[in-house]
Amino acid sequence: MFTLKEFVQPKSVEEAYEILISGRNNTVLGGTAFLRMGSKKIGTAVDISKLELNGVKDAGSLIEIGACTALREVETHPLLIDHFDGAVSDSVKNIIGVQFRNIATVGASVFSKYGFSDLLTVLLALDTEVELFKAGRLPLDAFLKSPCEKDILMRLFIKKNGRNVSYQYLRNSASDYPVLNAAVSKLGSQWTVAVGARPQRAAIAMKASEALSNSSNRENPEYYANMAADELRFGTNARGTAQYRHAMCKVLVKRAIMEVLQCR
Amino acid sequence: MQIEINLNGKKVSIKVKKNEMLADTLRAHGVYSIRKGCDTACCGLCTVWVEEKPVLSCAFLSLKAQGKSITTLEGLQEEAEAFAQHLVAEGSEQCGFCSPGFIMTVLAMKRELKNPSDEEIIHYLTGNLCRCTGYLGQLRAIKKYLGVAQHEFCR
Repeated sequence: MFTLKEFVQPKSVEEAYEILISGRNNTVLGGTAFLRMGSKKIGTAVDISKLELNGVKDAGSLIEIGACTALREVETHPLLIDHFDGAVSDSVKNIIGVQFRNIATVGASVFSKYGFSDLLTVLLALDTEVELFKAGRLPLDAFLKSPCEKDILMRLFIKKNGRNVSYQYLRNSASDYPVLNAAVSKLGSQWTVAVGARPQRAAIAMKASEALSNSSNRENPEYYANMAADELRFGTNARGTAQYRHAMCKVLVKRAIMEVLQCR
Repeated sequence: MQIEINLNGKKVSIKVKKNEMLADTLRAHGVYSIRKGCDTACCGLCTVWVEEKPVLSCAFLSLKAQGKSITTLEGLQEEAEAFAQHLVAEGSEQCGFCSPGFIMTVLAMKRELKNPSDEEIIHYLTGNLCRCTGYLGQLRAIKKYLGVAQHEFCR
């Protein structure tokens, strides 16, 4: 069981950040859904739920998602059902149950860079930026590759640029964590292939993405799916071996490419 | 620390430990409809409503409930009884251990979904794992309770 010494609900992000960096064991609280499953020793727990960082908004050329937005809101919000081929909404639908998704937040899923995340994979295939209090605004891919430092994730921004996207996953049973997931997107001739739950965090298959973008003939999606599987690293855990994930990656990426190809 | 919540329409003040989860707080306060069936936040037995939304009380930090409205099965007796009659009529009443969480989810679904399909009902209930008397009997009872019994069953 986790422990915490102090609990604060700051009124401003500035105050929250000051408290966060004032102690090595101080931590921002998300929805607390995963917290109870660990044994973290927290100094001061900083609850940011009073900072008005919740909700999905249309911000002109972007869709803005606040860090405290619950996954259930991502699933049911009309803006996210209507944009991005519904893939952002679909990606969270199978995360445990409604009661869990009403607690778990977008900010915690993204900032924690969870390897098993469904949401991260689809966000990575889209044109997503994160806004951090200290580090500012940066592309999601850059954030995922950066070292973990104390900061407060405030918002996500996804470009509404008409990018087509397909999200695919493999689960042993409904509502379980994914064994593997993949998202493929296309904007004009530029393709992005992202694979997550490897079980490491989601990553872009750079070679496969580049090959798809440079090709004029995409009649053989299997070729690019194999390329993605071969360039990414996979690991073994209770849900599957690295070898199994490598094999399944080919299937999921192929399906995602075929689905995107059908979007006109 | 002390928290003040609105529990089933009544303001109450409860002393909680800093790392205490709402399920434990409410049980200690005598709200015995709440049970815990797993240790991994996935069974749905501990479902209560926070601000009218169903949540896993075993995974909700009690301190975060400060000032919020909490509803448990004890606060929904009439509705629960009406639904229970449908469960009994379909022979799908359960032993009682996990029923409170299941019923809390069904009552929340009634408020949230309009004219749901079988697929939507099943999806909404994915987070309630213990369904010992059978999923089909329960689905029939839910559909009659929601007034959507004319919809076809899933194949």
